[in-house]
Amino acid sequence: MALPSPPAPPTGARHLHGVRSPLRPTERIGAVAAYFLVVYRRTWRGSLFSRFVSPLLFLLAMGLGLGSLVDASSGGVDGVPYLAFVAPGMVAVQAMMTAVSESTYPVYGLFTWNRMYHSMLATPLRVSDLLLGHLTVVATQGTVAAAAFVLVAALFGSFSSAWVVLAVPIGLLVTLAFAVPLFGFTARAKGDSSFNVVYRLVITPLMLFSGVFFPVDRLPLVLEVLAWLTPLWHGVELTRGAATGDFAVVDLVHLAVLLLFIGVGWVYARAGMTRRLVS
Amino acid sequence: MTSLAPGVLTPGLAMWRSVVERNVVSFRRQWAAFVTGFAEPVFYLFSLGIGVGSLVPFVITDGGSRVTYAAFVAPAMLAASAMNGAVMDSTFNVFFKLKYAKIYDAMLATPLGPRDIAVGEVAWSLIRGGVYALVFYLVALAVGVVDSWWSVLAVPAAVFIGLAFSAVGMFATTFMRSWVDFDWVMLVIQPLFLLSATFFPLGTYPGWAQPLVMATPLYHGVALERGLMLGEVGWGLLWHLAYLLGLGLVGIWATSRRIETLLRA
Repeated sequence: MALPSPPAPPTGARHLHGVRSPLRPTERIGAVAAYFLVVYRRTWRGSLFSRFVSPLLFLLAMGLGLGSLVDASSGGVDGVPYLAFVAPGMVAVQAMMTAVSESTYPVYGLFTWNRMYHSMLATPLRVSDLLLGHLTVVATQGTVAAAAFVLVAALFGSFSSAWVVLAVPIGLLVTLAFAVPLFGFTARAKGDSSFNVVYRLVITPLMLFSGVFFPVDRLPLVLEVLAWLTPLWHGVELTRGAATGDFAVVDLVHLAVLLLFIGVGWVYARAGMTRRLVS
Repeated sequence: MTSLAPGVLTPGLAMWRSVVERNVVSFRRQWAAFVTGFAEPVFYLFSLGIGVGSLVPFVITDGGSRVTYAAFVAPAMLAASAMNGAVMDSTFNVFFKLKYAKIYDAMLATPLGPRDIAVGEVAWSLIRGGVYALVFYLVALAVGVVDSWWSVLAVPAAVFIGLAFSAVGMFATTFMRSWVDFDWVMLVIQPLFLLSATFFPLGTYPGWAQPLVMATPLYHGVALERGLMLGEVGWGLLWHLAYLLGLGLVGIWATSRRIETLLRA
């Protein structure tokens, strides 16, 4: 019994029944991103506080409150008023925090609690599509958070140059420099309790010792060298350059370090996801 | 086994100890979560002490003494971490145990009564908070930011702060419907942490804001700890203590009212 052969697929048409050509990469990544955007559309209110109110409070307390002490006793940091010193660093912190909160528990849940990644892989999607699609949305969130913070801090008069708009794409890079390796870490996590330890032992110290609240050269040499190795410090240096418009050749190094974290992170994340999902 | 004779195992016969014991056993398996609990306030102390301290060599406290920035900030970190620990314990942990892990249901199926559970959980929270406070105090002592013998009272004072905040936290937990409601907890905790004369003295705030700050609970915790650790001791400290104690008592009273209402509904 030979079945009648299917009709030839119509070219360019996506809405007809019957055989269709395989999805293009952009369609696959777009499909994953679209899913996460739908989720975000339903849950964005919950993130308003951590994304927007909390950094604003930090800006008020540190920039204005602590700033009045700093400006009174040492005339700011290297001649810059404390608010202008802190605000650009906070842009990078914002990007980091968004990346961390989006790449730990939510990603872990997709592996274990609702197995969404597994469902996605049961469709024509591949592991790299999941990664690229999800990372697109995380990167967008980090960029929006950085942009919102730049806008608000600008209203306080924290920046002296219009180059500060560059802090937004830098925020995008910082988000990815954290999100991509963290996806790899989460893919290898045995349980969700390790994230708590990461928050306390990695993220909080990074925020406190990466030159956001004071220049790293005030630290003991060992800690200063450690700070050089972290992506946050490089991000802070870049956003600080953007805030004043003074870029130097060394900023290319900062840029390269962020890209290195993203690149190595990608290999690490893809291997981890593949091992966890396809085995 | 005479202890199993009827009438000996009356509920409420100091059986809260087994609740504490249960928590100790459970934390033995999560020692990383326990140990890293120390880390956060210590990190803040070092960051602010070394880094910001190099930008702000001296601070004039509200009590009028001139101290290093690290010495100024250390008591505030102790108070803030006591608040944080108490609130996290009494909200997230209790909510999880109540709603998801069903630990209290399981406990009530044993000879334990509701009061054992309440007393046991609060006792555990205060023990844990007390241990954290003690370790932080020893670190502060070791780095030399403690100025006075009165500071030995800083650890018991932290337990009072814990009591006040866990009572209020428990009260809040009785209203929670899902994890989404915990955003409200952060919405309260973070402004308290940042704006309770923790990082800069009350005199730095604009005039209209000072009474607002003085009305909030963490301010009293910070002022109490700062008075003790810097040796600015006077009768005024009793006001701060009274505020915290009052808040704790009102919180416990309101929580039991709420639990009664919930059970009747």
